[in-house]
Amino acid sequence: MAPTAIHNVLKATALSIGYFHKKSPLKVADQISFECQKGQLIGIVGANGIGKSTLLRTLSGMQKKLSGAIYLNENPLENYHTLDLATQISLVLTEAPNSKNLRVQEFVSLGRYPYTNWLGKLSPKDLEKVDWAIQLTETQNLISKKCFELSDGQFQRVAIARALAQDTPLILMDEPTTHLDLYHRAYLLKLLKKLTQETEKTILFSTHEIDLALQLSDLMMVLTKDGFYYDTPSRLIAEHRFQELFPEEIIVFDTQTGRFTIKD
Amino acid sequence: MKSQQSFKYVFLVLLGILILCFILNLSLGSVSIPLDEIFSSLLGGSTEKSTWHYIIIEYRLPKALTAICVGSGLGVAGLLMQTLFRNPLAGPFVLGLSSGASLGVAFLILGAGAFGGVLTQVLIGEWSLVFASAFGSFLVLLAVLALTFKVRDTMALLIIGLMFGSLTSALVAVLSYFSNAEKLQQYVFWSFGSLGNQSWKGVSILGIGVIIGLFLAFRSSKSLNALLLGENYAKSMGVRFKRTTFTIIIATSILAGTITAFAGPIAFIGLAIPHLTRQWVTTANHTILIPAVLLLGAIVMLICDTVAQIPFSEQTLPINAITSLVGAPVVIWLLVRKRKLLF
Repeated sequence: MAPTAIHNVLKATALSIGYFHKKSPLKVADQISFECQKGQLIGIVGANGIGKSTLLRTLSGMQKKLSGAIYLNENPLENYHTLDLATQISLVLTEAPNSKNLRVQEFVSLGRYPYTNWLGKLSPKDLEKVDWAIQLTETQNLISKKCFELSDGQFQRVAIARALAQDTPLILMDEPTTHLDLYHRAYLLKLLKKLTQETEKTILFSTHEIDLALQLSDLMMVLTKDGFYYDTPSRLIAEHRFQELFPEEIIVFDTQTGRFTIKD
Repeated sequence: MKSQQSFKYVFLVLLGILILCFILNLSLGSVSIPLDEIFSSLLGGSTEKSTWHYIIIEYRLPKALTAICVGSGLGVAGLLMQTLFRNPLAGPFVLGLSSGASLGVAFLILGAGAFGGVLTQVLIGEWSLVFASAFGSFLVLLAVLALTFKVRDTMALLIIGLMFGSLTSALVAVLSYFSNAEKLQQYVFWSFGSLGNQSWKGVSILGIGVIIGLFLAFRSSKSLNALLLGENYAKSMGVRFKRTTFTIIIATSILAGTITAFAGPIAFIGLAIPHLTRQWVTTANHTILIPAVLLLGAIVMLICDTVAQIPFSEQTLPINAITSLVGAPVVIWLLVRKRKLLF
């Protein structure tokens, strides 16, 4: 699979994540090591509170790591200035925008923030990127709506369009499938798959849809109490990593179907 | 973009209305002066009666310019606070800046009585009023700034602002209990707010303060747009969050501090004008909203002043009463009609 000289878009070695509480570190997870390459779709799964969001926040530079190292394009993450970082990593967060008055067109256009002048005026190239992002996410019919008028599924697509307009090699998404019904979850994950294939962007997304993520992800990160695992879905299944996700008295993972079933 | 073009007409209309209101404001007052005489005194020509020239140049013109500064400055200050604190009810008053200014003035006017005699004469001048007010709002600003970095919750911050307001009125009440009737009256008149009786020197200082504040606000308009998405998104797009927050708070305090010092606490303009503007200028883009709020603020303030003047009468109403009479129903109307205040 690997050709010569692999370019790592994102790499972490012996990363330990958590919070500083009154100067003393509160560890959430550690021994996190992985390498992500161009065009990969990578799902992050784990139980609630295991540190998925903390991991994404740390990787995006919003939160300080406790120890270890993060490399973005082979350069240490902390060497990037805020504005440089904004051209490398874009985010899709669970939070809705503060403003209720924002139109979809304006929301997506704000993704061009790192490239526009001090007034934020969009150049023809910026407009082109915005259009491209809107087309890829099939949100053309939403552009004149206000953000608060959208359904959850529509809003997720618009949020992804904004991240695409930011035009970064790496996109981090925090639970993009929350609040969506089964159809929209599948639609959204297929969209992510399509984006990684067509745009060669690397997408890391955290999710609770383990069965869907298994089917679509190129690689997966599994966060459990015992440790961090990073591999292809099939090998992770073979190594019984998903059994370790949850206590086994209620649900068990069926290695045949790749699904969780309720224990009788 | 299509929308950028269509806002040009809004600006032209607003500018036209502003000029009309400006002329209307100059031409109405206790003394009736013909329109052509007003123009000739503005353009430096001679007038039929020299008193007319004096009234226009030394009284009405400074008052009209003060109204424009106060309206545009407070409107933009309100807009900045609403975006920064993610709260449609935010404004310079809610943050406690104006309360701080009031407290400064209260200490000066009411507290000066305690020193008695000669010292009182020295202390209560036009200038010391300005400094007391600016100092008061600056102190509150420092306190709020310190809390901004300690309390992340913007709702808590707004409540803290309200508490500052309550503390101020309590302190003023205590001060007024110990002061004499004359001093109390002086303070009450200041707290009514007034656009008139400004010297040209005062107007130019006010103008400089407002222009600096507006300039800082407009410089931040791109970051303000990003802040509409929330702190995390803004940071991920390259906004230097602390620096931007600091600039916005400084801009607001310069605007609110200078204006309150000269015109007294003017209510509701900071809160109502941004919401009124959003009714016509349906965008969240601050590069368009800031100039629009600025123009509409100036227009509304000129109209309020014209009404307060009660044309062809000797009486003048307190400007604060008029802005409240206009502003409060506007906010209620927006809440009832739209069910929520959007920002």
